[in-house]
Amino acid sequence: MFEIVERSEMAQGTIISNWLRAPKIAKKALPGQFVILRANEKGERIPLTVADTDPERGLINIIYMVVGKSTALFKTLQVGQGYMDVIGPLGQPTHLEKVGKVVCVGGGTGIAVMHPIARGLRQVGNHVITIIGARSKDLLILEDKMRAVSDELLICTDDGTYGHKGFVTDMLKKVLTENKDVGLAVCIGPVPMMKFCCLMTKEFNVKTLVSLNPIMVDGTGMCGCCRVRVGGEMKFACVDGPEFDGHAVDFDELTLRLRSYLAQEKLSYDQFKAAHGHNCACHT
Amino acid sequence: MSEEVKAPKKEKIPRQQMPEQLPEVRRRNFDEVPFGYTPELARKEAERCLQCKDPRCRQGCPVEVEIPAFIRLIKEGDFEGAIRKIWEKNALPAVCGRVCPQENQCEGLCVLGKKDQPVAIGNLERFAADYQRLHGRSILPPKAPPTGKKVAVVGSGPSGLTVAGDLILKGHEVTIFEALHAPGGVLVYGIPEFRLPKEIVFSECNYLERLGVKIELSTVIARSETVDELLARFDAVYLGVGAGLPIFLKIPGEHFIGVYSANEYLTRSNLMKAYDFPQYDTPVVRGKKVAIFGGGNVAMDSARTALRLGAEHSYIIYRRSRAELPARAAEIHHAEEEGVEFMFLSNPLRFLGNKDGFLTGVECLRMELGEPDASGRRRPVPIPGSEFQVEIDTAVIAIGAGANPLLTRSTPGLALNKRGYIVADPKTGKTMKPRVWAGGDIVTGAATVILAMGAGRQASNSIHDYLTFGW
Repeated sequence: MFEIVERSEMAQGTIISNWLRAPKIAKKALPGQFVILRANEKGERIPLTVADTDPERGLINIIYMVVGKSTALFKTLQVGQGYMDVIGPLGQPTHLEKVGKVVCVGGGTGIAVMHPIARGLRQVGNHVITIIGARSKDLLILEDKMRAVSDELLICTDDGTYGHKGFVTDMLKKVLTENKDVGLAVCIGPVPMMKFCCLMTKEFNVKTLVSLNPIMVDGTGMCGCCRVRVGGEMKFACVDGPEFDGHAVDFDELTLRLRSYLAQEKLSYDQFKAAHGHNCACHT
Repeated sequence: MSEEVKAPKKEKIPRQQMPEQLPEVRRRNFDEVPFGYTPELARKEAERCLQCKDPRCRQGCPVEVEIPAFIRLIKEGDFEGAIRKIWEKNALPAVCGRVCPQENQCEGLCVLGKKDQPVAIGNLERFAADYQRLHGRSILPPKAPPTGKKVAVVGSGPSGLTVAGDLILKGHEVTIFEALHAPGGVLVYGIPEFRLPKEIVFSECNYLERLGVKIELSTVIARSETVDELLARFDAVYLGVGAGLPIFLKIPGEHFIGVYSANEYLTRSNLMKAYDFPQYDTPVVRGKKVAIFGGGNVAMDSARTALRLGAEHSYIIYRRSRAELPARAAEIHHAEEEGVEFMFLSNPLRFLGNKDGFLTGVECLRMELGEPDASGRRRPVPIPGSEFQVEIDTAVIAIGAGANPLLTRSTPGLALNKRGYIVADPKTGKTMKPRVWAGGDIVTGAATVILAMGAGRQASNSIHDYLTFGW
């Protein structure tokens, strides 16, 4: 078992952070890589990006949003309990190089994915401008951690309850207009956000990385479930990615494939909620 | 029949059929198809063996099981002795008895087969293994004294398990590394429950663990640890990672929801137990009209899985004719019995889908057979203007597998051929990288369980020589 040693809730309990004991992974994981977790014998294999590591204590940090049965089940796991399997690190690490000025755009739990990447980009000498956003103030995560790894931090909320009112794309446009020397953009968040960020950076002709989250099974390139179209070619996000050139990604196809199991996911989640009660915090 | 009371000559006992579930019943459940021999049936079948002085059957076995010897022990009722005789050469008898293409191997060479049906060697091997699992005293075969040498086996499929089983008996320490969360490789993610129950694979793995083999699951060599890191901790490394790269048709519409690689379809259904969704959390599309593309064992497994998941129609769309189907005869027979519908001489052109992205059909082209190609089989040639559409909601692509590059590309010093497979000496499994051996599908390309086991045997002999004599 991979034991949870620290657990916290964010964004009104919709986003959960776990620090897990996984010494081998903690030693190996690099920014941009992910792990696959399975809560128990009957569980699905869920890919989650490694949000942080503490190699000395042998810990890794995962941060996830509760969106269905599997993540709701993860949420019930308390300190001292844990996951049956944690596999990784998987995927290609982020290629970290000095380009000068970099803009990092994170939305929702994408901010958690962004954190180690922004930190890595800054450590190699980049000037990092970070834009993070959420629907409203209560749902914004990791503001302090992102501030600590950024030269400039800009915050957006859709409803204007915190920072600038509006989408991260609006802020991205402003940053790109004011900073003609941005050499790289990294955009990580919900698919529509990444799609529109990429349309924006394309206008400014700024190279853009995105991190994709298609449905996966094995995570080793064996099943092809996570196939995405990049530059007209079939790529497997689990081994070729998860990061790709955002200007070449077919986001519409990704959106479509992410809906593969909506009906089954709803059935499974409804059944879970009926059995456990919504927002339960049972200590079994 | 009873009128002619002639004492039957020895070879006149008919080949004993294994009782099995009726097709109309089994096509809707995931339970194993044959029930296995009773001790009486097994002894009767064993009596048919002529106990040849120079047995041909044994030459057909890639791991050289002492076939007449174990059959004689079954005949004598010494079932425990029979399994111990098999174990001398084969650590996975319950698996081999079920999935080997015996008609091309041991049974294909049995002299009885010249005039009559060959001895049911596979069924008998299965019986001996099952009897041991259910009633045996679990006495382990003797192990050589410890040598202090350590071997890492990457991949717990049939070749890796064979290497582990051989080397542990020779006194070496063996650790198997498996990327998935269960041991067995293709035996657990690929071959369906109704053909090879997972419990049997786990029991074979458990036998190896009782012998002292360590199995580390959920460990992706290349990512969790590299081969070079393993070489620092182990005296020798065996790579038996399988082919493991799905091949798609490369036609338009492969992104539609409901289009699967066979690897994904079978992994979801087998390893993740999606057939038991939502009791298990992993879903799979339960199509009503399912088309499988390909004609091998994996295609048959997929088509039969589709029926069990509730398909009204399960089609096999294959570009050649029935005579060229590469699947094992028993699998084709079982698929036909269960109602799988074959569309021969048909080649897919594109998938069709609706605006929500769900698969709705496939457009195919009719083919005819032309001159034989490099494989010796007649080459399918398209008939112009013969396009036709089939309404389907699920498609499973089972046209083979390629070389998964995850481990090979991250291992410097390993020579690969132009298709990405590891170059290894066919006699010994030695790769171009010192102290590293390889075998099974990652060397040969997708083949059978027993060929992978045969490669494992050759490599384990070579590894043992190296660990003992230094060459």
